[in-house]
This record gives sequence, structure tokens and C-alpha cells, in this order.
Amino acid sequence: MCQNTSSQDKPILSIKNLTIDIPTSAGTLHAVRGISLDLKRGETLCIVGESGSGKSLTSLALMGLLGKRIVPRADRMEFDGIELTTANARTMRKLRGARMAMIFQEPMTSLNPAYTIGDQLMEALTLHGGTSRKKARARAIELLEKVGITAAESRLSQYPHQLSGGLRQRVMIAMALMCEPELIIADEPTTALDVTIQAQILRLLADLQREMNMAMILITHDLGVVARIADKVAVMYAGELVETGPVSEIFTAPSHPYTRGLLRCIPLPGKTKRGSVLGTIPGIVPSLVGDVEGCAFRTRCEHAVAACRGSIPLHTSPEGTHSFRCIFHPESLQTEAAQPTGISV
Amino acid sequence: MSQLDTPVLELRNVTKTYSVKQGLFGKPKPLTAINDVSLKLARGEVLGLVGESGCGKSTLAKILLGLEAPTSGQVLVDGQALGGQDRLALARRIQPIFQDPYSSLNPRKNIYDIIALPLRVHSIGDEVSRQKSVREILDIVGLPARVMNSYPSQMSGGQRQRVAIARALIMKPEIVICDEPTSALDVSVQSQILNLLNELRQEFGLTYLFISHNLAVIEHLATRVAVMYLGRIVEEASVEGLFEAARHPYSDALLKSVLTPDPSLGIPDTHLGMTYPNPIAPPDGCHFHPRCPLATDLCQTQRPTPVFDAAGRIECHLHNP
Repeated sequence: MCQNTSSQDKPILSIKNLTIDIPTSAGTLHAVRGISLDLKRGETLCIVGESGSGKSLTSLALMGLLGKRIVPRADRMEFDGIELTTANARTMRKLRGARMAMIFQEPMTSLNPAYTIGDQLMEALTLHGGTSRKKARARAIELLEKVGITAAESRLSQYPHQLSGGLRQRVMIAMALMCEPELIIADEPTTALDVTIQAQILRLLADLQREMNMAMILITHDLGVVARIADKVAVMYAGELVETGPVSEIFTAPSHPYTRGLLRCIPLPGKTKRGSVLGTIPGIVPSLVGDVEGCAFRTRCEHAVAACRGSIPLHTSPEGTHSFRCIFHPESLQTEAAQPTGISV
Repeated sequence: MSQLDTPVLELRNVTKTYSVKQGLFGKPKPLTAINDVSLKLARGEVLGLVGESGCGKSTLAKILLGLEAPTSGQVLVDGQALGGQDRLALARRIQPIFQDPYSSLNPRKNIYDIIALPLRVHSIGDEVSRQKSVREILDIVGLPARVMNSYPSQMSGGQRQRVAIARALIMKPEIVICDEPTSALDVSVQSQILNLLNELRQEFGLTYLFISHNLAVIEHLATRVAVMYLGRIVEEASVEGLFEAARHPYSDALLKSVLTPDPSLGIPDTHLGMTYPNPIAPPDGCHFHPRCPLATDLCQTQRPTPVFDAAGRIECHLHNP
């Protein structure tokens, strides 16, 4: 296995043209359509999008957890030089949990109710590292303390139902960190939690990520979370990345009409007039069963024209960091764009 | 004049205690979900109710809907005690909209049956007039009439929440209890539902009790806000008052933890600590003192008494004259 972990500039994760087709009785569902992205160590990428846009499927594909019936295709899906699309089950098992880990959305359902917290925490380490139970136990206590759980040692013998939602989510985070992964994927890690606990969990994740120099993919639909934690943002719509870029540019100069629409939908404290009519994106996400042509957002886009049915060019900024997929040039839509979002920098 | 002065909905010293058994042979212990809560809702206002999960928000909603009886205290509708009114009469005036449109609609009934059910229960009109009412209300909430024959499973989350709103409004209630009506929805749909609720309030002169943990939404919609902690209202103020100058340290921490979409800011530190206290054994003195950065010795032993002033209501030793 290639171990050139020293090179900081080389992306740890590199995806080119990832496609996930799901066979259904009505036809093929094109759930993810040609996604490309790169992620370096220490970077946080937030994937934003509506339910059904393919965010979670993308992360499951990375982890090799799509199941047997769904086979992802990609020109490239490399984790630290290992091609994931062709990796066999054994290789994936070695990576999963050890070098890439996932934090799932529902701490209530993703912990096994029949095993103690300690058993579940130590499992990954004893499986992967061949570590002794004693050492694994010490590590579990160390990590529970790190995620801010008091009386960590006594927690090991507790069952998930004895813990509150916030504590369970912390256990999930500790579990994901057991083997010091290089890539961590968090799927809506704070959606089920109170705002007060959300802020603490996000701080914790950001601190640990910095400390361990991990790459992190955070999937969320909360734009507040995105703004505060992301380095890079990828906006997904109907299985496609419609816009990617550095967080500051996405929020101050959103280019794709969908990104701009999303930013208009949320009330901004101190900016949006109280009780005023909020921006909306009318219509619903189109069906992705069968052939999808042109821009999938055109049915809901205020700028849509006939040409949107054709092929859609990808505009990329001169630095190559900010790109979006639309037939219009950024300048022609920009003037009206910066106004309503109204975020000061 | 008296019509205007009487609050349309009022809670007077309402307490709700549940008996909770811990373990199979454990002795039942009292859990005070609502602790001496007094609230008034004036006609046409939107009272936002905020607080962490487990603080008693939903129990309060259940009591207002008549689904749970308070252990002590009174609920008054238009100055009349709730206990004295029968359930049907009450249902005509107070209706709920729940959080999860995926589980709050009966999956085996079509949309027409779901929306028309209240009319049937109250024996209002005949089949023809009910059809007409359902068509009208669907139009009001922005759904096409053809969805009448659909089932909830065939609709999106936003559409289902519109159905839930239509069902709540078909009885032309005066008060609507919205319990986290948008938190299960996508951002783009959330704003549509919020706009609709705001529009309907103005059109029909509705009074809302709006329960949410999304403070940006509360700030946008509410006229007054009540902050709840461990079953007590610790602060109550106008929306401007609370969001511009929160007085209770807990309100302040809640406001600090709101993540506004501003990439130039980092993740806030609320200094709140993780542990939400056990409601079966609440801390002595001020319930909030173990998490309060400003707590003094007094806070550990003595419970603060509520203070009412021009700005509203506050229950904190720091603001006790």
C-alpha cells in the first residue's frame, strides 16, 4: 500500500466524474451524475443540497457502503492513491474505520442498542490494529474525554439508551476517531441536536480536525453551519455539482442561480426585515429517472431559456478554485446576485 | 373593548407533573415538565417559544391543545377555563400543526379525507359543501385541487406540510399551535411554508404559538418570545427586546449559538457546557446555575423570583432589584 503521506499538496481524496445509477422498476435513476472534487489534508469541504440531491449517496460510495446492487462508476475515485472503485472488499474493510471514517446523522439509530458504548468504541481498534483490549480501552477513555464526556470510564459500560442525544453524537465522533482516520465524512452530524449543543459539537469537530490534520467532508443543508466551518463548498442539485468554490466566494459572490436562490431563502438576523416575505425557489426537484438532459435546475430557474436544455458549460475562475455550471456568464447575473444575500464581509 | 383586553389564550400558574419510574422496580418519581408557567397570548400576535429539547415546550403545546390536563393551574380561552369547555368546541378554536408531516398524516387516507375529517367530526355541511370547502382551503395553501385524490406518500415534504396546514385551518380556528413546523423541511421549502404561515396570519387574523429551536425563524416571525428552561419561563420579551438585548444568561447563550451564514465568523463558544440537567432531580436554587457563567453563591441556594417590568418578564438574580 502506498504510504507517501508526507506530501501535503497532493489531494488525499480525488474524485473525477463519479456516477451512481440505481436500477428501479420505472427505469434507471441517475442519482449522482458526474461529480468531480479534490480534497487535501486539513481541509473541510461542505456539501450542500436538498434531500434527494445525492449528497449522502456520494459519501456512501466513498466508503464503499452502497451495497451490492448499486455500483458506482468513476474515471477516478482515489483515496491517497488507492483506487476505490476497483478496490476489493478486503481492501475496503482495511480502509473503512481505520483510515477513513464516517459519522452518521442519527445518533439514536446508528449505535447498536445491544452493545455497550465501550464495546462499540473498542471494536474498530481491536479489528484493525490488532490492539489488545486493555490498550483499546485506554484509547476509548482518552477519546471520550477528548470529546468532552465527563466520567468517561464509567460511560464505557453504559448502553446507548442511557445517554442523551448530544452525548450519543459525541460517542459517534469518538468512535470515528478511534483509529485516527485521515479522512472523516460527517453526514448531517448536528441536525438532530439543539442549537446550543450543535455549536459545541461543531467546535469540537473543527478543533480535532485541525489537531489531527484530517480531511473532512461535512454534509449539511444548514447554510449557517457551512459558513462557519467550511473551507470549500460544493453545492449539489439533482445529482450534480452545480457550484464549487471557497466558502467566502460562495457566500459573497454566489454564481449559480440555485446557490443564489438558497441564500435568499434563509432569514438573516439583522439583515432580513422581520416578517417580510422570504425568497423562495418555486417548484420541485425533477425526477432523475430516465434520461436527464441539460440543466436540471431549469424548471425552477428564473433565468431559464431554451438553451438550458442543451449542454451546459462549466465556468471556472482564473485561479481554478471557483467553478459553476450554467449557460450564463457570472457577470450577466452578478449585479442582481450580490444584493439580496447581503452578507457583509 | 373587553374583547381586545382579554387575552385570547392564557395560562395561569400551570404545572404539569408526570410520574416516572426508573428501572423495573424503581419507585415512581415526579418529573415536573411544566413548572408554574403563566403566559398570555393577545389576539393576532405570534408568541415564539424557544428552549432546548426536554425543556417542556411540547408538553406546553399538548396542554394548550387539551391533549393533556395540567396538574394544577388554569388554561383560559377568551377568559373561560379550558376544563369547562368541551373538546369539540375547543378544537374549533385551537388547531395544531406538527413538526413531521411524514408521520402526522394518516398514510391510508387520501388528502381529501384528511382535510375534510374535521368537518365530518363536527358535522359541518354536507358532502357537496365539504368538497367546496376543501377546494377553497387547498387553493389558499397553494395546492392544486387534483391532489385531493392523492395519498400522503405521493407528496413531497413541503406539500405534506401544506396539507397539514390546510387541515388545521379548515375549521377556521383563532389560535394555531405550530410545533416546529419547518424543521423537517429543506431550506427552499422552509421559506415557502414560513411565507405561507405569515400570509395566512394576516389574512385570517390568526394567533400563533410558534415553537421552534431555530432562532432565526423565531426572530423573523414572532412578535414576542418566551424562553423556557427546565419547565420554567426564564425570560419573556418583545422580539426586538430579546434579540437586541437578552437579559437572562441562558437567552444570551441561546442567541450566541445561532449560526448566521457569515463566513467571516467562526463557531461560537457558548460556555454552556454539555450537560442538560436531569429534570427528575433539577439543581437547587436557580435551575440554570450549573451551566451559568455568571452564577454566584446566591444562585446555588435560592431560586430567583420572576420580575415583571416594561420589557417583559425575567427570572434571574442578576436582574432582581
